[in-house]
Amino acid sequence: MAFHPNVRLRRREIGAAYGFLLPNLIGFAVFTFFPVLAALAISFTDWDLLQAPRWVGLGNYRTLFTDPLFGQVLKNTALYVLGTVPLQMALALGVALALNQRIPGQLFFRTAYFMPVVASTVAVALVWRWIFNYDFGLLNSFLYMIGVQDPPNWLGSTRWALTSIIIMSVWQQVGYSMVLFLAGLQGVPQQLYEAAEIDGAGPTARFVFITLPMLSATTFFVLVIGVINSFQVFDQALIMTQGGPANATNTIVFHIYRNAFQFFKMGYASAMAWVLFAIIFVVTLLQFRYQRRWVNYD
Amino acid sequence: MATTPRTLQRPATGPAKRTRKGTQVWVSRLLLILFSVALLLPLYWMIATALKTDQELAVFPPTLFPQNPQWSNFREAVEYIPFFRFLRNTLSVTALTIVGAVVSNPLIAYGFSRLEWPGRDKVFMLVLASVFIPFPVVIIALFDIFAKLGWINTFLPLVVPIFFGSAFWIFLMRQFLMQIPMDISDAGRIDGANEFQVFSQLILPLTLPAVGVIGIFAALHAWNDFIGPLIYLQDESRYTLAIGLTFFRSQYDVQFNLLMAASTLVVLPVVVIFLLFQRAFLEGITLGSIK
Repeated sequence: MAFHPNVRLRRREIGAAYGFLLPNLIGFAVFTFFPVLAALAISFTDWDLLQAPRWVGLGNYRTLFTDPLFGQVLKNTALYVLGTVPLQMALALGVALALNQRIPGQLFFRTAYFMPVVASTVAVALVWRWIFNYDFGLLNSFLYMIGVQDPPNWLGSTRWALTSIIIMSVWQQVGYSMVLFLAGLQGVPQQLYEAAEIDGAGPTARFVFITLPMLSATTFFVLVIGVINSFQVFDQALIMTQGGPANATNTIVFHIYRNAFQFFKMGYASAMAWVLFAIIFVVTLLQFRYQRRWVNYD
Repeated sequence: MATTPRTLQRPATGPAKRTRKGTQVWVSRLLLILFSVALLLPLYWMIATALKTDQELAVFPPTLFPQNPQWSNFREAVEYIPFFRFLRNTLSVTALTIVGAVVSNPLIAYGFSRLEWPGRDKVFMLVLASVFIPFPVVIIALFDIFAKLGWINTFLPLVVPIFFGSAFWIFLMRQFLMQIPMDISDAGRIDGANEFQVFSQLILPLTLPAVGVIGIFAALHAWNDFIGPLIYLQDESRYTLAIGLTFFRSQYDVQFNLLMAASTLVVLPVVVIFLLFQRAFLEGITLGSIK
C-alpha cells in the first residue's frame, strides 16, 4: 500500500480518479450495463425493430423451451464446446511440454503454432471449406490415396459437419493455449524436478505430482476462457456451413444472429441471448467453485 | 533464488540413461515437426491454391506445388471484388480502433491502479466481469441505440465504443501499471505536478511497451472482426475485408483459386505484423493470464 504524504493529496487523488475513470464509467453504462438490461426487457416482448414492442411476458421463453430446434442448437453448441476445449487443451499441453525441453528451433515452432491464431477467422474458414471439399479437397484426396473408398462429405453431411468445424477450431486455437501453457511451464522452478529426480521419481510421477499441480492456475485460465469463447462460436458456423446441413452446425450465437438480424425477431433473439448468458454464467461459476479442489496458486 | 549445483548428488548417468533421454528428445522433435507441418499446411494450401489454374484445381491427386503459378490470380481476385475499397475501409476502422484503444485504456487503467479511492477494486472487478458477458446479449439493444443515432452503415458503432475502454485491455494495462513503483508518482506529486501530469510525463513513458501491445491487439481485432461489420455495415461500399471475402464467396463460390488469392491478401499483412512484433504479441498474451 502506498504511503501518502498528507490528507490533502489523498483527497485530490480521489478527485483525479473521477477524471480518469469517467470515460470508462460512461462507456460501461452505455455500451454494457444498459444493453444487458435492455435485452432482458426486450426478451419479454415481441419486437421487429419497426413497430412498438408488444409485451408477451414469458412467452418467448416458453416458445424457446418447447422448440425442438432450440434443443438441437443447444446440443450442437454443447457438443462443440465438449469437442473443442479438451482436445485443444490436451494438444496444447502436449506441445508445450515438448517445446519446454531445450529444443533447437523453439522460436520457429512457437511462431508456426501461433500463426493460425492471428489469421483472420473468415479467411481461414474459407480455406478449410476448400480443404473439406468433397470432390477436390485436400483431406479427401489424402483419404483416397491411403485407400479410404468412401470418405465423408465433411461439410455436407449431418454426421460430420460439426466435427469439421471442431477440427478447424482446434487448429486455430491450439497455438493460443500452447503459448499460455509454455509460459506456465517456464514458471515451474527447476529445483522441484531435480529434487524429485533425486528422490527417484520417474517422468510420469514428475508430470503428475509436479507439472500438473504447478500448472493448474494456467490450466484453469485456459479452461475458463476456452469455454466462454467456445460457447460463442459464430464465424466458422456462418462461413463454413451456414448452420447446415439441416441445422447440424446451428449454434446458439448463429441462431441468435439469424433470428435477430435476418428474421427481426428481436424479443425471441434476446431471450436466447439471455439463456446463453445464464448458461455461461452458471458454467463459469461452477468452474470457479470447483477450482479449489484442483487449482493451486502460489 | 539459489539454484542447486547441478552436479551435486545427481545419480550417475549411465549410457543407458543417456540414450533414453536422447530418444525422448528425438521423439519430441519429430512430433513438433509433424505438428508444425499440420498447422502450417492449411496456410500453405491457401497460397498454393491461390496460384493454380482452374484446371489444376480439379487434378487428382492434387498437386502440392502449383505447376504453372498464376500470379495473375491475385490481380483477378482484387478486380473481382472492390478489394481496394474494402482495404481502405478496413484500414480506416483499424486506424481509429488503434487510436481509441491506445488513448483510452491507459487512462482508465491508471485510475484503477495508481489512484486510491474507496471501492476501487470492487468497481474494477465489476468492469472485469463484463468480459464474461456474451456479445449477443448486448448487440440487440446496441443495434437499436446506433440505429436511433443514425450510425448504421457507418464505422461509428465499430469505433466509438473503443474510445471508452475495453475490459480486457484495461486489465492488461493495469497489470503493467501496478508493477511501477508508487514512489515515482509520489515524487511527482510532491514536486507539484497535477495527476494528469504525473500520468502523462512520469508514468506513461514507462508503459510504452504495454501501450504498444494494446495497439497491436487493437489492430488485430479491427482487422479480423467479422460479426461487428456484418451487423453494422450494410452497404457494399462500406464493407471491410472480412465481410468482402464472404461477399466474394457468395458470388464466385466455385473459383477457389481466386477466393484463396483474396484470402491470402487478407491474412498476409497480419502474419507479417505478427512476425515483426512477435515478442509483443506473445508477452501480451501471457501477461493476461497472470494470476
